[in-house]
Amino acid sequence: MALKIVKGSIDRMFDKNLQDLVRGIRNHKEDEAKYISTCIDEIKQELKQDNIAVKANAVCKLTYLQMLGYDVSWAAFNIVEVMSSSKFTYKRIGYLAASQCFHESTDVIMLTTNQIRKDLSSPNQYDTGVALTGLSCFVTPDLARDLANDIMTLMSHTKPYIRKKAVLIMYKVFLKYPESLRPAFPRLKEKLEDPDPGVQSAAVNVICELARRNPKNYLSLAPLFFKLMTSSTNNWVLIKIIKLFGALTPLEPRLGKKLIEPLTNLIHSTSAMSLLYECVNTVIAVLISLSSGMPNHSASIQLCVQKLRILIEDSDQNLKYLGLLAMSKILKTHPKSVQSHKDLILQCLDDKDESIRLRALDLLYGMVSKKNLMEIVKKLMLHVDKAEGTTYRDELLTKIIDICSQSNYQYITNFEWYISILVELTRLEGTRHGHLIASQMLDVAIRVKAIRVFAVAQMATLLDNAHMLTGNTQRNGICEVLYAAAWICGEFSEHLENPMETLEAMLRPKVATLPGHIQAVYVQNAAKLFATVLKSQEGNTDSTTAQEASQLMIDRLPLFVQSANLEVQERASCILQLVKYIQKLQQKDVEVSEEVCALFAGELNPVAPKAQKKVPIPDGLDLDAWINEPPSESESEDEQPKAIFSKEEPKHSRPRHTEVDEKELARRREARKQEQANNPFYIKASPSSQKVYQETPGVEHIPVVQIDLSVPLKVPGLPMSDQYVKLEEERRQKERAEKKKKDKKKRKEKRSGRGKKHDSGPESEEDITPAHMVDIVTEEMPENALPSDDDERDPADPHKALDIDLDNLESAGKRPLADSEKLPVRSHRAAEVLKSPAEDEEGENVSSLEPKKKSSKEKREKKKDKDKDRKKSKEEKKKKKHKHEEKEEADLLCGQADEPAFQSEETNEVVTPPTSTSADEAATVAAAEAAPAPGAISVTTPDSEPEEPKDTEMEETKSSKHKKKKQKREKEDKEKKKKKKHHHHHHHHGDKGGEESVQNGTVEEEEPLPPMSNYCLLAENSYIKVAYDIQGNLQDGSQVVVSVIFENKCDSFLKSMEFNVLDSLNSKLQRPEGSGPHDSLTIPFQLPPGVSNEARFVFTVQSIIMPQKLKGTLTFIVKNEESSTHEKLDFKLHFTCTSYLITTPCYSDAFAKLLESGDLKSSSIRLEGVNMPFHHLLARICFHHHFSVVERIDSCASMYSRSIQGHHVCLLVKISSQTVSVDAKCDEPTLLGNVLDEIKQTFSQC
Amino acid sequence: MIKAILIFNNHGKPRLIRFYQYFAEDMQQQIIRETFHLVSKRDDNVCNFLEGGSLIGGSDYKLIYRHYATLYFVFCVDSSESELGILDLIQVFVETLDKCFENVCELDLIFHMDKVHYILQEVVMGGMVLETNMNEIIAQVEVQNRLEKSEVRPFLSSSKSFPLIYVFGFSQVSAIKYSLSVL
Repeated sequence: MALKIVKGSIDRMFDKNLQDLVRGIRNHKEDEAKYISTCIDEIKQELKQDNIAVKANAVCKLTYLQMLGYDVSWAAFNIVEVMSSSKFTYKRIGYLAASQCFHESTDVIMLTTNQIRKDLSSPNQYDTGVALTGLSCFVTPDLARDLANDIMTLMSHTKPYIRKKAVLIMYKVFLKYPESLRPAFPRLKEKLEDPDPGVQSAAVNVICELARRNPKNYLSLAPLFFKLMTSSTNNWVLIKIIKLFGALTPLEPRLGKKLIEPLTNLIHSTSAMSLLYECVNTVIAVLISLSSGMPNHSASIQLCVQKLRILIEDSDQNLKYLGLLAMSKILKTHPKSVQSHKDLILQCLDDKDESIRLRALDLLYGMVSKKNLMEIVKKLMLHVDKAEGTTYRDELLTKIIDICSQSNYQYITNFEWYISILVELTRLEGTRHGHLIASQMLDVAIRVKAIRVFAVAQMATLLDNAHMLTGNTQRNGICEVLYAAAWICGEFSEHLENPMETLEAMLRPKVATLPGHIQAVYVQNAAKLFATVLKSQEGNTDSTTAQEASQLMIDRLPLFVQSANLEVQERASCILQLVKYIQKLQQKDVEVSEEVCALFAGELNPVAPKAQKKVPIPDGLDLDAWINEPPSESESEDEQPKAIFSKEEPKHSRPRHTEVDEKELARRREARKQEQANNPFYIKASPSSQKVYQETPGVEHIPVVQIDLSVPLKVPGLPMSDQYVKLEEERRQKERAEKKKKDKKKRKEKRSGRGKKHDSGPESEEDITPAHMVDIVTEEMPENALPSDDDERDPADPHKALDIDLDNLESAGKRPLADSEKLPVRSHRAAEVLKSPAEDEEGENVSSLEPKKKSSKEKREKKKDKDKDRKKSKEEKKKKKHKHEEKEEADLLCGQADEPAFQSEETNEVVTPPTSTSADEAATVAAAEAAPAPGAISVTTPDSEPEEPKDTEMEETKSSKHKKKKQKREKEDKEKKKKKKHHHHHHHHGDKGGEESVQNGTVEEEEPLPPMSNYCLLAENSYIKVAYDIQGNLQDGSQVVVSVIFENKCDSFLKSMEFNVLDSLNSKLQRPEGSGPHDSLTIPFQLPPGVSNEARFVFTVQSIIMPQKLKGTLTFIVKNEESSTHEKLDFKLHFTCTSYLITTPCYSDAFAKLLESGDLKSSSIRLEGVNMPFHHLLARICFHHHFSVVERIDSCASMYSRSIQGHHVCLLVKISSQTVSVDAKCDEPTLLGNVLDEIKQTFSQC
Repeated sequence: MIKAILIFNNHGKPRLIRFYQYFAEDMQQQIIRETFHLVSKRDDNVCNFLEGGSLIGGSDYKLIYRHYATLYFVFCVDSSESELGILDLIQVFVETLDKCFENVCELDLIFHMDKVHYILQEVVMGGMVLETNMNEIIAQVEVQNRLEKSEVRPFLSSSKSFPLIYVFGFSQVSAIKYSLSVL
């Protein structure tokens, strides 16, 4: 019965495929989440089964759930299993799932390298295709590096299907592994002329993507592309090429000239709109790059504009949209050509499609002139009223302000009109752009002196009607204009008709509901108004008004004194006390107005927006350095009030002199500039949002037309800005009539006074004189302002790394591919090399019995001897302990026999797998022992360079527990930085500056090298042989990957292999999420007789300075026809220090700097009786110990490697008559000692 | 480059998502929601371009979409792609689906998301346009389908066993009109 149930459920599980899952989800609309969670449970069960079909089915369902938003990364390992299925169907499912949910930090990706490589070289082109497609989505820097060569080979595959995929994926490879670009580029270029159009198109695609980011490197391909453009009939390819030319022409105008003709022909001939559009776009780009004004080019412009007009007039909205888009590009350089189509563009403003309206709005910016600005803005104001969505309305609002304020208000002839437009805009409900309007009001009022009277009157009205703006709830945003209104009324209060009324309006209790920064401005400006009132009453015998004003202040201010806002409170209480004092004086009939006014005297000068940026930083000032220790949390930043203008505040208290002569002004400006230049903490004030400011002659020369202020503020029935449109019309007419009468001379005068900026306007424009001039109160710039810096490219941009010079590739002599640039080719590490590990292994077994030489430890011990430290007694104890070893080693040491040698305790500790607590203790002891004594470091072999003495503090830092290593390194780094700026970091290997190529020992030509393998035997019995190799992970300083090759030696089938390792504190096997720390890992394959396969395991390690051994077991089932038995094989996984090193190329200059830096400890060994050519010796060190040759001169070579945690290891290897001396330096002496030991061991086997 | 391809229905339910840049699952769902929100409120007779949503890409990116009966096909692309070209590519993709599924309807996409992915893989690879020739795409898809049939027992290669509700064909689909000869 029970069996039946189980069977039934299994059947059901088998049955539920993707379609069933989808149907199930659709049938459980109410409790979808619950249903899916049961499905996921089922999927987990299915994934545990051996049947690959079931697994694939489960993975397929997971892909669907991933689309619904479920995280399926927990099944990553199973996905890899399905990917490695031999059947195309399952493989495809696996790759699809991987492409949907793998990303750079997915751990198991590391395990896929070999599988993908296998699939790439599969005889079935669809296996290859599926692998390429999948890889294109989840390629990582590691995969790109390891597979670049395989993919490059596929670019020449016989099947075009594979070729085009291989070509396309190269782009992804370049992005992840930029070093591959130079070696792969010639072949990529070749593919531009591939007979298959698909491959050709792919190559064009890739090169276009590359060239778009770094166009200058691809200029040399222009002739080839030109040929393609004139010969190809594939519109897709043509579009890409023409787009590419659009990117290239700005760099090479001559290219543009050549392009015009074929492009024009295409424009005339093609029927494909997409091609036509791209041609027009590129012609525009060409014309922009060429200096304009050449007659034949105006024909091209006309052609473009004409074609674009056809697009815009088309009923197809897509063409309309693109037409407008391209128009806006022409607008920048050829505004006149676009302006002639104003009608069409204004028409688009009424389009039902918002995207099109927005595009048309962009164009309006260039459409306006003095003549039509008012008309266009009137139209926009109508749209503002009609607009429903706030986004579009806000867009309109910003556009109106942009259009009006552009080029320093160039097109505004009547500022009363503009102020009234701004006031009208304040009626918009719920806009986000209150501050924008406010800043415009301030800017205009400050900079256009003539308008102040009018502006002040308008602002006073606004203040009086403040309840309209703040009425219904907090209509956030728009109340910002009150800020501007209050400030303008206060600052220019002398223009107020009735200051007392405004004062009253500013002190209404309702004001207390406004945001704090606005209240603060209210309070401050109320004081200014108060001063004005007092001044106006000066000399008046009847002092009641003045006393009323004081009383009003004293009555109303206490409300603000209670404000929760600190600034409001502070200002209010200050002013309140002041007024109280004034009131007392008033009662004694003392004249106070002059003193009170003096509080707010001063002239305003706007500062250029970039002024602060232009101040050069004085020598020796480091703005990034902390003055004090950094605070733990930066709370203060959040608390800053959002006041937009608050920075201007201090200005208000500047002494005011109503009439200052030019000299005085200039002198003060000079002094201020000087002061600002010398004061790095000066914060600029930006009074306006303007971007472009032009210098114009002094204010006095500008004719200013007085306006008649008798105009009523509001006309019933008509929005008031319209009033000004009419007035302006009248004014212009009058002016025109007057002008006719005036003699030419006078007009000339007038024009020259207006400055240069009007020259660019159309001729008819010049006849319109503005009612007011923008008084550009010259913006202050520091004396020694630097030219503006260009925008830097985003340092995070992946394409930056692809900025690689490719031109010299062809001309062989210039800069051929350096060895280090060649793509990594798979070598010696594959399963085929399996035979050699056996031999290697024997040697190693023998050698491991021999005593090891621990030169670095010797040294340390020796140092201790010299150092008359208190540790001496302890030391001696240890010496006794190891005396027997000393003897053995002394025999071996030959050249160095005179030096005492010890094997320190730490080595003993590590050889046996450390147990939890003792390991820690041992580490402490070892680290304490290892600490070199100050001043005694230089005692090494005579050859090695003496080290610079170091301060004691650093040494002490080093002597702390190795657990604290990370912390320690940071601290050291800091110190180093402080000490010397030229300290070299780890980056230099990526430095492309050096011209000398790095010679790698493995590619020397002198004599063929014997085959080598890094795989060594892990364990062996009659069924199976297991070999392994350990490699560090460059990306993660705490990970190593152990590749294990399993070879079936018997004639039975090996299955259910499980791999387990007993973790130590320091090293842990990475197990899939959810499994326990002692669970074993299932090996994702079975081994038929005689077959071998490779699996990879990831280990995390903490400290890498010492070697370590981990015990582990492999269990498997041996199955033949008669029986199946469970077998077990124990092994010890030896993590050598070498395995933590990563071959890293290093240029000789960087290498020299590193040695000079004095941060490295040195050590050395001697190898006697080495009987092999020097280049073999180097090759062996390179291969077995992951070094690279920096430089080689005769029988001497310098080598470099880097640990996964960034330790530099430098070697100087010399050979003379069979004796090899290795002098080494490393920033971690323990690590260095161990590496040298391992090197010695390698050669003791030969 | 194409940054993402999203297919969802009139209610915003995803039918296929293909990101060519990594986003975590919750972010993906958020992008789908935002995109749906942007696209669904647009009339059918407005243009098919949208300045990108805030979540994906930024200013250099555009949403280019087509609306077929119950489904939206949205491509998020950067400025290196031709807008009209992508519109035609969507059309090529949909017509290919129509041929492969014989009168494709939303249900085909619902129940055969994997197959739609396989077809898409022959059109776009890693964010770049792989093939625009419909016959070539269909030929490659068919060869792979045959390969699958030869390998797998019937229970995975399902037939249309579900009740086939004909929602809407793609009959009123507009033609590939911008690039004529190529695509």
